[in-house]
Amino acid sequence: MIRLDNVTKEFPTGTTALSEVTFSIDKGEFVFLVGPSGSGKTTLFRLITREMKPTSGEIHIGAWNIGKLTDRHIPNLRKSIGVVFQDLKLLRDRTIFENILLPLEVAGVAESETTQKVDAILEQVGIAEHRDKFPIQLSGGELQRAAIARALVFSPEILLADEPTGNLDTTTSWEIVKLLQDINKSGTTILMATHNTDIINNLLKRVLVLEKGKLINDNKKSKETKEQDKHEDKKEPDKKEEEK
Amino acid sequence: MKHARESWKHIRRTPHQALAAVTIMVLTFLTVSVFTFLIFGSSAIIKHFESKPQATAFFKDEAKPEEIAKLEENLKQTGKVSRTRFVTKSQALQIYEEQNKDDRLLLDLVTEDILPASLEISTYEIEDLTEISETLKGSPIISEVVYQRDIVDTLSNWTNAIRVIGVTIVIILTVVSIFIMMIIIGFKVSQKKDEIEIMKLLSATDWYIRLPFVLEGIFYGIAGTVIGWTIASVGLLLATPFLESFLKGISILPVSPVFLILLLFVELIIATALGVVASSLAVRRYLKVK
Repeated sequence: MIRLDNVTKEFPTGTTALSEVTFSIDKGEFVFLVGPSGSGKTTLFRLITREMKPTSGEIHIGAWNIGKLTDRHIPNLRKSIGVVFQDLKLLRDRTIFENILLPLEVAGVAESETTQKVDAILEQVGIAEHRDKFPIQLSGGELQRAAIARALVFSPEILLADEPTGNLDTTTSWEIVKLLQDINKSGTTILMATHNTDIINNLLKRVLVLEKGKLINDNKKSKETKEQDKHEDKKEPDKKEEEK
Repeated sequence: MKHARESWKHIRRTPHQALAAVTIMVLTFLTVSVFTFLIFGSSAIIKHFESKPQATAFFKDEAKPEEIAKLEENLKQTGKVSRTRFVTKSQALQIYEEQNKDDRLLLDLVTEDILPASLEISTYEIEDLTEISETLKGSPIISEVVYQRDIVDTLSNWTNAIRVIGVTIVIILTVVSIFIMMIIIGFKVSQKKDEIEIMKLLSATDWYIRLPFVLEGIFYGIAGTVIGWTIASVGLLLATPFLESFLKGISILPVSPVFLILLLFVELIIATALGVVASSLAVRRYLKVK
């Protein structure tokens, strides 16, 4: 679903945000992306949504090769990826309903279809009663739900969530994670950037660890390696016995 | 329709900026209309004078008909003369009587004997008039040559000056109006910078973002044109009775409604293009966000 091959991103200032990052995420996986601030998590998201191009390496999202994607096709790519931005990016002068409607409006979906769809998503994320309120009237958790609702409006195959629990209390954070888990169960691949070790440790999902732009740990690989080692360890005693 | 609603919202929320944009467009298209009237009007006046006999040669009383016929033939042979008309003494009196029919005293004073016979001459090119007039002046049977080259020359100079001044002012105003519209629309775009960025991230195409601003530019252009054209046309219609008495005999007034509608149509096309150019330039830099 998502595949990065030796992806490096250098900025004109000389900063290297990502350095030779390689990993792949299968369809339907729920993966955490961890790392301190400035480790390259947001840059990775921006590369996946083609806000920027990698300096070297290749990124594949489904059938798209991001590096070779022409400007004309960017909107199509973005329809297949829902993004919950770190700063939410909700428009302050529009109601929650209008904010969630925006991607559909932008895509030119007929008004007759949009109202029903938006209402259903509001119901799904649990903020239907805040439909006609403005973002300033909602709490942090409710705003996060609104941002998730907007990301889901195209029923995307991939959902990128950039620190969706960043400014929330523990209870609300867990509510958001539970909502993301439900979305994942319906088949959506989720890549969630977070600092929250409590959530990571409790959920026991795959974790990618970034540090100074380098992927220093991928517990899927570790598991695979461990399983391979175990497998080899099992074989070795047999061999020893045979030798005896 | 949705984009038009969005544009109207932009305009409604910033009425002073909209007023400034419309005002500069009114000024531009009022000037375009006024100078169009002046250029077409003065061209028509020149045409009128050029179609009139351009030189009149008055014969001495002793000139014999065969001498006059010979002179007329010589003129035609130059190939430069388009038309000649011989006016006898009695025809001259008729013309004089027609021109002064309201003044009994002038009519009583003049008889056929006093008025000379004359030859009216038109040339294909007005520049040839001097040469023809000099030839006529050298003839022993001609007493005097009167020609309108000076009037036409002066009018031509004025028309050219009006053209140059008009085109210069219109170009300056067009550039200024593009800049003012760019500043006004650019300001609105910069206010919506975050919204544009979000829309791009939510898969909006460049045209989706550009269109409401382009429509806003077109609105300013069209509103300015309609107002500017209306002011100029109403002004011209009100001035028509005065101009008619001033331009007696020159058939350019009243101005044809077809001409006015055609002018409005051309101005609307130009205004739409101006609106599109100015707004597209204003939005362009904000669309560089991928």
